[in-house]
Order: sequence, then C-alpha cells, then structure tokens
Amino acid sequence: MTQPGTESWSEVPQGGTVLLPGSTERNLTGSWRTKLPIIDFDKCTHCMICWVMCPDSCFKTAEGTLQSVDLDHCKGCGICASECPVKCIEMVPEERD
Amino acid sequence: MTLKLRDLTLLDDGFESGHGLCAGCSESVIVRQVLLALANEPVVALATGCLEVSSTRFPDTAWKVPLIHSAFENAATSASGIEAAYKALVRKGRMAERPMTFVVFGGDGATYDIGFQWLSGALERGHKFMYICLNNEGYMNTGIQRSGATMLGAWTTTTPAGDLVPGKPQWRKDMTGIVASHGVPYVAQAAVHHWKDLMTKVRTAEKAEGPAFLNVFAPCDRGWRYEPEDTMAISRLAVETALWPLYEVDDGKYKLNGPRHKTRPIIDYLESQGRFRHLLKDKEPGVIEEIQANVDREWNRLRERCGLEPEVTPETTEAAVSAD
Repeated sequence: MTQPGTESWSEVPQGGTVLLPGSTERNLTGSWRTKLPIIDFDKCTHCMICWVMCPDSCFKTAEGTLQSVDLDHCKGCGICASECPVKCIEMVPEERD
Repeated sequence: MTLKLRDLTLLDDGFESGHGLCAGCSESVIVRQVLLALANEPVVALATGCLEVSSTRFPDTAWKVPLIHSAFENAATSASGIEAAYKALVRKGRMAERPMTFVVFGGDGATYDIGFQWLSGALERGHKFMYICLNNEGYMNTGIQRSGATMLGAWTTTTPAGDLVPGKPQWRKDMTGIVASHGVPYVAQAAVHHWKDLMTKVRTAEKAEGPAFLNVFAPCDRGWRYEPEDTMAISRLAVETALWPLYEVDDGKYKLNGPRHKTRPIIDYLESQGRFRHLLKDKEPGVIEEIQANVDREWNRLRERCGLEPEVTPETTEAAVSAD
C-alpha cells in the first residue's frame, strides 16, 4: 500500500472509504512518550492487569503470558505502572537522540 | 466463556493501537473491554466525540469491526436503523440469521444533552441494542466545555472558576435513573477500573431482550487536570466516595454491584483533580458541603431502591484513612 498522504487522486478510494481495518497501527504514537515502561519479568505474575488497563493495547501476550511492550505505540501514560499489583513495572524518563 | 484475563488475551480485541486518544485516556480501555466481552458479532454506531475523532482520522481507522458514524446526536437512531434493517433482511430471506449485537458508543455530550431525545426515542421503540455512554463529564473533544454530566463546582472552559462563579453552578443529571425510568430491560452503571464488573454487565446487556444502557465512568486526564497514570485511581475514588456507585437495574430490580458502603468523603475525590482546585482554597465555602449533600442524597436514594438502610458519610479524610 502507498504511504498515506502520498497517493495520487486516482489512487484514493472513492467516497473516502477506509479499506484497511485497524490501519491506525501505522501511526507510531510511541513518539509521544516521555516516560518508558520497564518490566521486571522476575517479579511479573502474568496477571494481565496491565494488558486490560492499557489504553493503547501495547502489551503483547502469547498463550496467556506477557511477552513484551509495543514501544512503537506506547504513549507512556504510566497506568500499567500504577495499576500493577506486584509493582513490577517502572516508568523511567525517555531518552532519545 | 468465563471472564479470565489470561483467556481473554487469546482473543482479538477489535480495536487497534495507534489511535489519537490522549495518553492515559480511559475511553479506549472501555471500548476494548466491551468488544472483548461480547459473545456475538458486533456492529458499532459511533456518536461524535473524542472517541470518534481520535479513532477514525482519515485515512485511517482503529476499528476492526463494522462501524458507522453519521452525526453527533443520532447514534442511537443509526443503531435502531441497523437493527431494523437486519431484521428486515432476515425476514425477506436476503441474509442468514446470525447472532449480532448492535452497540452504540457515545460520550456524555451525545447521551445527556445532544442525543438525549434520540436515545429516548430508540429506548421507547424497544430496539434490541446496547448503548454505552463514555461519561467523561464534559465536551472534552472541543476543549473541555460543560455538559449535563459535569458536576457541581467543576472548572470547565465555559464555567471558569473566578471571583463570581465557583465553576459549574449546577449539579448533574441522573442519566442512569432517567434511562431506567423508560422501563428498558437492562440499565447499569459501571466504571473503567473495574474491568470484571464492566465486562459482566456487557454480557448481561447482550442477553437483554430489548434496549440496554450502560453508563460508564471514564476519567479524562486532560480535562480533569490530573496526571495520566492516575486514571484508574480516580475512577476507584469516585466509586469509594459513592459519587459513582456501581449498580444495575435488571428488569426494574435495583442491585448494588460495587461496594455496599461509602468509605470516603467527597473531599478526597475533589483533592485528586485540578478542576476542583479553586474549591479547596477556601474561597468558596459551602460548595464542597453542597456537593457532599448531593452525593449523600443520590446515594441514599439508590440504597433505598436497593432495599438498604440510609448511610452517613465518614466525617474527615483522616477518619477514612484510619478506617482503612
């Protein structure tokens, strides 16, 4: 698919129809972040509270266990860190070049 | 399926990341919980609001389920039309019957004010749909204006706090009560932090034979002036102070689902947010007492409807903390 915003007029779907469900995935909202969540997997109990409380669906799971955080989309709100029952998520200041 | 988070992680939640809602917004959390809880195929109608403008910015959509948005006020009417069309198509044999749930997401502006009579009409006609009100107590999308859901004393851009006015001068509508008065099969109040309660209510609402209404408390870090990470804590405080009791009205029968007792005074809630900061500077004596009186009145009325005794408020913050 062509990069959004770079299509010619003849490539834009008629009526402004959006053809790809869930296409916001290509918006990398991780650039908004000022704080970065760091998970201590030794303490994590895989209760999935962070997964259900995350506004940006950033917690990636596999077969009922927590795997990683999707940093491309994480906005760094910190809800996961404040809601984690075992406090295994820490928010650290984001450092970018 | 039982409501276990580990099992739910195996499902696709139908709402993709990369949407434009603020960091710490509770609306996408509610949407994901609702879509995960549904057993049937959903068709979503959206009212105008934060959720609509942030999740469907052209040329993108965050939704992976069928979705319609037409105007601010008529999301309930759109859902009515979809439901009627579905029934007609099945009746005429042009579509196979299949389990479907028609869901509306509207903000408090679209529910309490602008879409009020349209919602009332849809409830009266008895369409089988589920209306979810994402109640963030104001028109946050257009820049934090007051709505019928904004509570007394709250600062908004149309009720600025100053020497003459202490924030919003009026209390708020009891929208859940108003909808319950329509005599629809299922009405409930839920809050974003209590995922299990919310998802259970969505499942009950899905089975209702007629309209179902869920008023969900959705704290807004931008408009309420608090740090994004406190969204769930604020929601929890609203339930503990009985400002937002968790209850349901199933076929006219009231039932409390949340805490049965009020454990904190309203001042704890007011202190947690910048929009009430002016009340705490002691410039406006009487407003906090008036808020507490309103909360007590509504709480005791609800307790009476649930067949419980009235209750007095814990006196001070210190008492509430030591009781914990």
